[in-house]
Amino acid sequence: MDGMAGGKTSLSWVVNISVVLLVALWLFPTAGLFISSFRTADQISTSGWWASMFPQEQNQTLRTDTPGDPADIPQIDDVYTIDGNLFVAEGQAPDVESVQATISVWGTGSRNIDAYQPGDTADLGDGEAITVQSNGDYVWTSAEPQSGRGQRVFTTAVTPPEFTLDNYRNVLFNPNNREGMAKAFFNTLTVTIPATIIPILIAAFAAYALAWMDFPGRALLIAAVVGLLVVPLQLALIPLLRLHNEIGIGKGYLGVWLAHTGFGLPLAIYLLRNYMVGLPRDIIENARVDGATDFQIFTKIILPLSYPALASFAIFQFLWTWNDLLVALVFLIDSSGDTTVMTKQIVELLGTRGGNWEILATSAFVSIAVPLLVFFSLQRFLVRGLLAGSVK
Amino acid sequence: MNPALLGLFTIIIGVGGCLGYFYFSNILLDKVIFPATGKNAGRNINRAEKVRPWLFLAPAIIALGLYLAYPVFATIWLSLTDRSQGNAFVGLANYRQMGLDPKFWEALSNNMLWLIVVPAASTGFGLLAAQLTDRISWGSFAKSIIFMPMAISFVGAAVIFKLVYDARPEGTNQIGILNAIWLQFDGGFWSIVILRVLPVVIMLAIAALSAWLVWVVAQPVFQPERERPGPLVSVVRIVAALAAAFVVIACLRGLVGAVTGTYPYGEAQQWLTIPFWNSFFLMIVLIWIQTGFAMVILSAALRGIPEETIEAAIIDGANPLQIFFSIKMPQIASTIVVVWTTITIVVLKVFDIVYAMTNGQWQTQVLANYMYDKLFRANDWGVGSAAAMVIMLLVTPILVWNVYNARKEMR
Repeated sequence: MDGMAGGKTSLSWVVNISVVLLVALWLFPTAGLFISSFRTADQISTSGWWASMFPQEQNQTLRTDTPGDPADIPQIDDVYTIDGNLFVAEGQAPDVESVQATISVWGTGSRNIDAYQPGDTADLGDGEAITVQSNGDYVWTSAEPQSGRGQRVFTTAVTPPEFTLDNYRNVLFNPNNREGMAKAFFNTLTVTIPATIIPILIAAFAAYALAWMDFPGRALLIAAVVGLLVVPLQLALIPLLRLHNEIGIGKGYLGVWLAHTGFGLPLAIYLLRNYMVGLPRDIIENARVDGATDFQIFTKIILPLSYPALASFAIFQFLWTWNDLLVALVFLIDSSGDTTVMTKQIVELLGTRGGNWEILATSAFVSIAVPLLVFFSLQRFLVRGLLAGSVK
Repeated sequence: MNPALLGLFTIIIGVGGCLGYFYFSNILLDKVIFPATGKNAGRNINRAEKVRPWLFLAPAIIALGLYLAYPVFATIWLSLTDRSQGNAFVGLANYRQMGLDPKFWEALSNNMLWLIVVPAASTGFGLLAAQLTDRISWGSFAKSIIFMPMAISFVGAAVIFKLVYDARPEGTNQIGILNAIWLQFDGGFWSIVILRVLPVVIMLAIAALSAWLVWVVAQPVFQPERERPGPLVSVVRIVAALAAAFVVIACLRGLVGAVTGTYPYGEAQQWLTIPFWNSFFLMIVLIWIQTGFAMVILSAALRGIPEETIEAAIIDGANPLQIFFSIKMPQIASTIVVVWTTITIVVLKVFDIVYAMTNGQWQTQVLANYMYDKLFRANDWGVGSAAAMVIMLLVTPILVWNVYNARKEMR
């Protein structure tokens, strides 16, 4: 088809640019969250994530070292002199080489933070003065011994890009963090795995019967499955919750597994039946002639051959149960909150930590990461399943 | 018990139970109930063959019946009873109460807006992406990226877009990209080009496309070239044509708004609290997710078009637009309908996005969230079930259509 329409080459750069735009538009929102999850709270709240790639100007309030005991303050030419580096935290060994920020202007009051250039000396009154160099080195001199806390210095400095894994450490591995995601992560996993595996088996047997066995009412059953595909699960919430309470399951893992199994079955049966119908008839009939029972045909021939369709559905069901919020809210999470899943935890964080993007972004990314991994590694099965699963 | 252990236990019980059930029920059938030996061997084999399908189907039928079919009827019943009166039958009182609730009408009208905008935009972008990515060498990479949001949960997407829409007080740097872009506009030349001229062009294009759709959809009913479609199809076509006509009018009104409206330049906006438009900001999230789905399906359909038809059109001197609208579109029309209806169903069930981003505040309520509100916050099962029935009612035409098509295909 390429080239036939004539203007292919002249159009091609328009097409390429359009696709670049489209891809950027679709990638940027996720990229923003991803990058934000590696930035400190300060960085996130002072500049947009898109600026994090470049050195950026940052306003900081820093302090000199605390003067301490007047007797210990060194005197040079009868002037009390304290020196050090603003960017090196107090008490740490001075490691001036690691300081990468470059001060462009600085000041000693919050009103005029850009009063002095690097190298200037600011008169602080009472015979005190301070000189700050562009790399943060300072010399604080005074006729009397300095006292109280360290002198405040307001700097405007260009800092290089900096990323941190602290957010992930805090969200995943900090045992004192009650809002951490570790427990919710395991809860989600606990919901997901049985809820993915169990419907596959049930559906596979049913799909085989609907595809390769002849019995009255078969067409009606297939129609019913197609119909149930679109029944909103919202209808099922109250009746099933009541049922679960009556038979004693209540809210818990068993209930949510059963619910996910029930809700996933129509798609599973539909996908698998469509796939099994397409398997070559000869194989099955030959096996029948050779005396294989239906059970043997199913387990020895159909199941291995249906592997792509099984994989497609497994991915669907995995993504759907992992990402689900509603079913977990209704059937799983009780007032104790011990069984909370990641989606619910994130919604709660949105309410209580709406502005703390370092927590939100990291928590959200912890929950998104696994589906993304599955998506990129098993994309072809997903595509195949989508193509087979949309009702034609 | 430790939930992880319980999970492992359940997998073993579940999988083992399933396999055991199928295996032993088959053995039971063949060896005990209808043994294929003795004088009745032939008759017994036939009988066993009659029963076996139901053995295979039983677990699925029970699960489907209990978890999907039974709730439909239970919900109908719940919507006609009142929990506070000891589940007494109250007729249509719940529906009347819901009809008097302005929040319900807000949810319904918002849902209608969602139903028009999201499937249309997702399908449109999907078609565009499919058509464009098929022509370039790095198309499959581009497809992966556009398809990626399908793997992200609605809640995750809600967080992602909350960051996009974030607003900071005046005087500080904006960290939401939308506000950062917005603050670049100052009413100068580029502001006029991007905020006035571009929307006008886009709206005109959508209006023209919709007008064309009205004509295409309505034409067979009013000016049948070959034969008039059946009454059901006619009704569907007229409804679709009316919806498209509504879009034309809405676009023209929006066009006037884009030309005459005043914009609050230079002020960071709380996008999710601007009434009416905030619904669109929520819809963008779903469009972002669903476009990939539309693209994958439509891309396969586009590749399935026989090349001879396109070659013939080129030889006949058709231009690219004509090829797209007159040759390709009719051949993928049925796929477009499939994509459209699938996304429609997703839209009707959309809950997480609204729940996580606004929870129905600032006039963004939708039916599914309204229902959740009534069921679990107000504890009003009657009205909640009535709302669920409204969702079911809206899904029913698609359900009937799907079943009708599936049966037609099987014959």
